[in-house]
Amino acid sequence: MSITMNDLALPLLLPIIIIFAVASVQVLIEALVPRHLRHAIQLATTYAALAAALVLTVLAWRDGPHPMAGVDMISVDGPTHFAWVLLLLFGALALLTFAERRLYGGVSVFAPQAAAVPGTVQEREAHEARVEHTEVYPLALFALTGMMLFVSANNLLLLFVALEIMSLPLYLLSGLARRRRLLSQEAALKYFMLGALSSAFFLMGVALLFGVSGSFNLSGINAAITGVAPAGVDPNLWATQIAGVSPVLLYAGLGLLAVGMLFKLGAVPFHQWTPDVYTGAPTPVTGFMAVLTKLAAVVAMMRVFYVALGAARWDWQLLLTVIAILTMAVGAVLAIVQTDVKRMLAYSAINHAGYLLVAIVGVSQAATGVAEGQQTSVSSVLFYMLTYGFATLAAFAIITLVRDASGEVTDINGWSGLSRKSPLVAAAMALMMLSCAGIPLTAGFMGKWMVFASAVRGGFAWLVVIGVLMSLVAAFFYLRLIVVMYFRKPVEGPEVVTPGVGTMIVLLVGVVATVLLGIFPGPAMDLAQQAAEFLG
Amino acid sequence: MTIPWLTILGVVPLIGALLLVFIKGNTARLVGLAFAVITAAIAIALLVQFQFDGGMQFTEQVSWIPAIGAWYSLGLDGLGLTLVLLTALLVPFVMIAGWDDAEVTGRGSSASYFGLVLLLQGLSMFVFTATDVLLFYLFFEATLIPMYFLIGRMGLGGRRGRAAVKFLLFSLAGGLIMLAAVIGLYAVSAAAGNPTYLLDELAALNIDGSIGRWLFVGFFIAFAVKAPMVPVHSWLPDAAEEGHAGSSALLVGVLDKIGTFGMIRFCLGLFPEASTWATPVVMVLALVSILWGAIAALGQRNLMRLIAFTSVSHFGFIVLGIWAFTSTSLSGSIFYMLNHGFSTAIMFLVAGYLVRRRGTAEIAAFGGVQTVAPVLAGVFLVGGLSTISLPGMSSFVSEFMVLAGTFSRFPVYGAIAALGLVLAAAYILVMYKRTMTGPVPEPVRARVTDLTARERFAVAPLIVLILVLGFFPKPMLDVINPASQDTLQAVGVVDPVPQIVEGTN
Repeated sequence: MSITMNDLALPLLLPIIIIFAVASVQVLIEALVPRHLRHAIQLATTYAALAAALVLTVLAWRDGPHPMAGVDMISVDGPTHFAWVLLLLFGALALLTFAERRLYGGVSVFAPQAAAVPGTVQEREAHEARVEHTEVYPLALFALTGMMLFVSANNLLLLFVALEIMSLPLYLLSGLARRRRLLSQEAALKYFMLGALSSAFFLMGVALLFGVSGSFNLSGINAAITGVAPAGVDPNLWATQIAGVSPVLLYAGLGLLAVGMLFKLGAVPFHQWTPDVYTGAPTPVTGFMAVLTKLAAVVAMMRVFYVALGAARWDWQLLLTVIAILTMAVGAVLAIVQTDVKRMLAYSAINHAGYLLVAIVGVSQAATGVAEGQQTSVSSVLFYMLTYGFATLAAFAIITLVRDASGEVTDINGWSGLSRKSPLVAAAMALMMLSCAGIPLTAGFMGKWMVFASAVRGGFAWLVVIGVLMSLVAAFFYLRLIVVMYFRKPVEGPEVVTPGVGTMIVLLVGVVATVLLGIFPGPAMDLAQQAAEFLG
Repeated sequence: MTIPWLTILGVVPLIGALLLVFIKGNTARLVGLAFAVITAAIAIALLVQFQFDGGMQFTEQVSWIPAIGAWYSLGLDGLGLTLVLLTALLVPFVMIAGWDDAEVTGRGSSASYFGLVLLLQGLSMFVFTATDVLLFYLFFEATLIPMYFLIGRMGLGGRRGRAAVKFLLFSLAGGLIMLAAVIGLYAVSAAAGNPTYLLDELAALNIDGSIGRWLFVGFFIAFAVKAPMVPVHSWLPDAAEEGHAGSSALLVGVLDKIGTFGMIRFCLGLFPEASTWATPVVMVLALVSILWGAIAALGQRNLMRLIAFTSVSHFGFIVLGIWAFTSTSLSGSIFYMLNHGFSTAIMFLVAGYLVRRRGTAEIAAFGGVQTVAPVLAGVFLVGGLSTISLPGMSSFVSEFMVLAGTFSRFPVYGAIAALGLVLAAAYILVMYKRTMTGPVPEPVRARVTDLTARERFAVAPLIVLILVLGFFPKPMLDVINPASQDTLQAVGVVDPVPQIVEGTN
């Protein structure tokens, strides 16, 4: 089979290509440009790349859905475009917090020299020489490349490659904290070990599904499950190929694949890495992971389960229902007992993964009888991620502001009476917590409405009842932070430090978007609704 | 174009709340009061323009979230107008009563108190005028936020933070269950082809059968927590005990009315079939609330808790009247909401004056107040007598209507409910005896002074209102009757015809 330029459809893939190319050039910049110029150049090229990719994505989206690109390996459909826009937008916001220097006394939040052993002379020298790792920008862009591929991959092998491209830079980034370096390195190692393990599961699942269907292509797997030969294949020949394949292989493959996806999503019981990594990683990186990794994982997971395994949904809906309930419950209940704000938000992220799974389980799509023009599971998950992203990025940005002499104060007692010290920052954090809790007039409520509505339409009203009860449990710990900030006496020590422009922008955008999406969600919902169906 | 009166009604207090973020001190109080008075004036203007022939008036409708069929849709009927009037009239007096409480107690500031009260008022106005279920839900939940901060920041008790969280969690639990039902409504209407949240379009769908019943239960639980009814009432006494008197007056007077308002507007309006299906359970719950609230009130040692439990009992009466499904009892219930709002406000505000003087709300700490502060004691007695529905007070009219209506359909339930009246007399008079009569303890003599002019001015108009409506309830009943007839027509029941046994010779 010869591949033509037409099959590649490179223009559709320009957003990915630009991000990847700029990241590669940035590696060269690291090697060739003098140290004092690097930060400015890296930052400028990063944002140029993000802006170019964003514009191209929006332009391509306006043209409507496209046929497959990259030799049927990449699906450039509505959900892909929506997810790309979200990835680029949230990526741009998260990277603003990467560039923050004012909070940390004129240096970046990242370790001066990652290779230096913590507590040694080299480390101190590097610290005093004020060197820093500007490699974080290419690393983040490489991760972004992987994520953009991950949400659009229509082929299990490419999906695996994308998974690795997005994961490896994240392992590194988590280990780069300037303060509490041992904790950070431990987090990175944990993340890497467990991530590698889950990748192995994922790969095994890919192999088994290939065994079942003889295809890496999502629609090829679907064809094997439904028993309808794909176009262009001799039906008789095809029937002999798939005859006699045990469904056990299918279930095993499905399960193993799910393990890999659920790990990245942070769903129970594959969530153990989340609290440690979220706590240990530099806070800007935590925000980046909490939003972008989750977004990539949830979209890819829906694509695989809907497009490739949609016909077997009776088999996996029950499995995912159990996981959804566990994820909501464990996230909410364990968050209550946390005394560290960052760890609490990590469990909150697990809890949110549970709500996303509720929508996935619902499968309210055109295939299950949802009329065209109405909201589907895919559109509600995308809208949910939109609301979740702003609130989470802003919440982690606020965590970087509350500091004392030893760095960020993440112990919840240090946040006592924050509303007296800085009414604006406390109000912003309260708003984010209310949004996360899904209180009306904030974006979080509309997001929650969407995911629950798609589950109800899919016939899972009872799961939604469990979901709303879990959001009640979750509301408890969000409120606790508000109680601490507003109803307790201020403590000595922790102060709210004024950040640089970048972090300010993240906060401002987060607050404005959370309020706007809470009151006028209409336009964003219409956009999400244009991304209602995967093209398989 | 027509003037969007209902939007103005809701937005004016919200603007006031926003302004108070930037203004401090005495100016803040004056500005806050000014906005409350303007709101009251708008509400009265609405009453003047109101046509007494049923249906929604002053309607506004703008597409809001087309993707899910939600509209910014407002309208006012007799039910809504009654509660709008209650909210608009209560707020200025609550402000005057708690004029400098924040400065005196050192809890919060006047600016934040007045601001939160205005915020609560504005959101409540939208709750009472929304004719779109999602819009209603949004404001229904949003009212929790200012109330939460009012209890948590302004409260006097040492456990006010806990009380605030308990209030919020109970309300959120109900609200979230209702959210599932709200989403269910979307699913039903979307499956019927056209997702909509408009009340009249949903009512036209005739949702019955098991789906209707499930959705009804979702709504009812939320409103039962809000009202509050036994067994989900336990947050109210705590909130009243720890909270500030003015906030408690608004909590019980306005916010809890959303529960009974919602029962009429949504449970009866959207699920008539399920509402009649649930009648036995709801009636029993209402009776339990009446008796439980009254008996618990008898046993309280804290003034604020006692008043809270009397309200639980009264909400039982309101629910009883709603579910008796007669035009008399339903009108009585709606009128009851108004009267209960005023009389409980008097009780809470005067109890607040007492607490401010004595520093505690424990009944045992008082005694003989009528000797040292006769006006205070007198006002308290009037509030108490209104609570037990003495003839001549407006609450008598409404309680009588509720019981009379209930008797005509459910004589047994009516008879049991009447026991509540006896208990009411007991708990109010016993409390009055313990606090206001008898020998004067030294701390009371030293600290309890009579009402100042400002304090008198805060409660006197409320007393006048109660008396005027007690002797001449017709204006309010003219507003209410068409609304209750519309509701009963939607449910599809007619008043029972009295059976007259023919005499035999």
